Amino acid sequence: MTTAVKTDAALFELALRMGDNALILAQRVGAWCGHAPILEEDIALANVALDLIGQTKMWLGLAGEIEGKGRSADDLAFLRDARAFRNSLLVEQPNGDFAMTLMRQFLFDAFHHPMLVGLKSSADARIAEIAEKAEKEARYHRERSEDLVIRLGDGTEESRARMQGALDALYPFAGELALADAIDAELATRKIAPDLAAIGARVCDYLKTVFAEATLNAPWDAAVRKGGKQGAHSEELGYILAEMQWLQRAYPGAKW
Amino acid sequence: MKNEWPLWEVFIRGQHGLAHRHVGSLHAPDAEMAIRHARDVYTRRNEGVSIWVVKASDIAASAPGEKEPLFDPSNAKIYRHPTFYDIPDEVGHM
Amino acid sequence: MYAQMVKSTGERPKTLDEMSPEERAFQARVDADIKIEPKEWMPEGYRKTLIRQIGQHAHSEIVGQLPEGNWITRAPTLDRKAILIAKVQDEAGHGLYLYCAAETLGISRDEMTEQLLSGKAKYSSIFNYPTLTWADIGAIGWLVDGAAIMNQVQLQKCSYGPYSRAMVRICKEESFHQRQGYDIMMKLCAGNAEQKEMAQDALNRWWWPSLMMFGPSDKDSVHSAQSMAWKIKPMSNDELRQKFVDQTAPQAEYLGLKIPDPVLKWNEAKKGYDFGEIDWNEFYEVLKGDGPCNKERMAARRKAWTDGQWFRDGLMAHARKKRARKMAAE
Repeated sequence: MTTAVKTDAALFELALRMGDNALILAQRVGAWCGHAPILEEDIALANVALDLIGQTKMWLGLAGEIEGKGRSADDLAFLRDARAFRNSLLVEQPNGDFAMTLMRQFLFDAFHHPMLVGLKSSADARIAEIAEKAEKEARYHRERSEDLVIRLGDGTEESRARMQGALDALYPFAGELALADAIDAELATRKIAPDLAAIGARVCDYLKTVFAEATLNAPWDAAVRKGGKQGAHSEELGYILAEMQWLQRAYPGAKW
Repeated sequence: MKNEWPLWEVFIRGQHGLAHRHVGSLHAPDAEMAIRHARDVYTRRNEGVSIWVVKASDIAASAPGEKEPLFDPSNAKIYRHPTFYDIPDEVGHM
Repeated sequence: MYAQMVKSTGERPKTLDEMSPEERAFQARVDADIKIEPKEWMPEGYRKTLIRQIGQHAHSEIVGQLPEGNWITRAPTLDRKAILIAKVQDEAGHGLYLYCAAETLGISRDEMTEQLLSGKAKYSSIFNYPTLTWADIGAIGWLVDGAAIMNQVQLQKCSYGPYSRAMVRICKEESFHQRQGYDIMMKLCAGNAEQKEMAQDALNRWWWPSLMMFGPSDKDSVHSAQSMAWKIKPMSNDELRQKFVDQTAPQAEYLGLKIPDPVLKWNEAKKGYDFGEIDWNEFYEVLKGDGPCNKERMAARRKAWTDGQWFRDGLMAHARKKRARKMAAE
């Protein structure tokens, strides 16, 4: 017999947001495997993708547990439709050239790491535990992408132009990560998640320092592109899911 | 090709207390990136606690042709090995 | 994965009488299983053959990332996705180790890359076949890695130190590759009718190309004798192929799959399987560049290399700037 479990809606949302960001970014980054500019980079990027898949499993596993309807991490990853995904618009943006991929990663890491640091002291022990593990990985990701952004910004004229182009294109998507909605506000009040406004301010200072060293100029005043966290995505996500979920959808119930 | 990243030799300390051991090589534009690459390439399976990298061109090596003059003489100096000396059992462990 | 048809000197090995004193001393060391190390004297033919062989081996790893990498975005579960990325990543790593081993012989990685992209250097024919279904990922791990491991295990004992050490590391890391492939096949064969059909279809398409991985038949293999004398080719093509068939046939049976060879049959007298003749025309066609995916594979590698130029140059330029700034400050 099943007992009716009352889902903690805000907690469920948080786990989905964290998990879906990791999943969709891993899906994007994983596509580089075998196509990166040099072997050492190919290997490094695969490590990032693997870390993110590991985190996906933890967050979506927790989401399923919070929901209490018996859905596994795989069910949530492969059998939800686009409107039910809670990732930010940033991570679903196309790989583009390698500059776009690196800039997308850097903007994400710049937020992801302080977010996880905040979640380490979550009032929910399960969240704190996941954050504890993921934070170390995210710190390495951020160091790595910060270093590459600085080097390529301050590299050749071409590398600078490409990184600047990527920053112009992607910066408008970065703001959404630290933009709080009612759910974030509730989670902050309940001490489950950190105050996003404070994190956003820290991220902004950090970005300023890094871009100065990289000789890049961010379009600081650009309008924020948002909606992913609430399930209003760009057209990209539909294609990502069509590819990612295809086998599970084509053979319902099959075990792989 | 002039812009090829230089080659680095990688040394990893597998566990605390052990010496660094040569594990292989890789390419990187400078030492900092070589260390990062070494972490990603050579410690994928938890193999290390510390990494050294040395530019391959900076390594000075003994010439292979000199192997005999360099290493054979020490073969003859068996008095450097403890087993050269016969100590009676009665003396106990030494 | 490995080298398939490496041109050696094209001549029969010299007899001891025909050798110079240096060559004789070299051969004596090889015969005594003493490893040859980078800067030591070696016959020019040995050096060149090794560069070709290790180069081919490395190129095969790199091109070998593509058919499997093709399915990373479509892997059916989170675990399968992670396993596949880890495997394709290993292939990049193994290519890297092998290029480094070749670099000790006086060729740079960029030169070898140029040789691959210009079509001058070869890679294993197996990677010119397409991966059409998820079962192909299982079949590649099971058959292609199975065939490669068979050769690589032997190569751990080869006479050239850096190659042998790279092989030791590679074999250790690859031990999960074949198992994950067989694991995929087991899941499919225990699954529904469509999954089972998928598995059988993959075996049908990958069986013969896998047998071709061992290279031409011994009677047509002109370069083997010298390489075997130098201990850079441990067993003959036909010996390894036989070993592979003997090992794989029972595994197919366990899965309940049928190997697409009507001639395949256990031969009690030779304690091994008899099997049918390989379509050698197909083998040489694919090797020549006319396989189903040769063009696509090369195009993908060329694109990665060309598109990545600015990235490699940008990082090099930054490293130079940083060094100059540091020197100026001192």
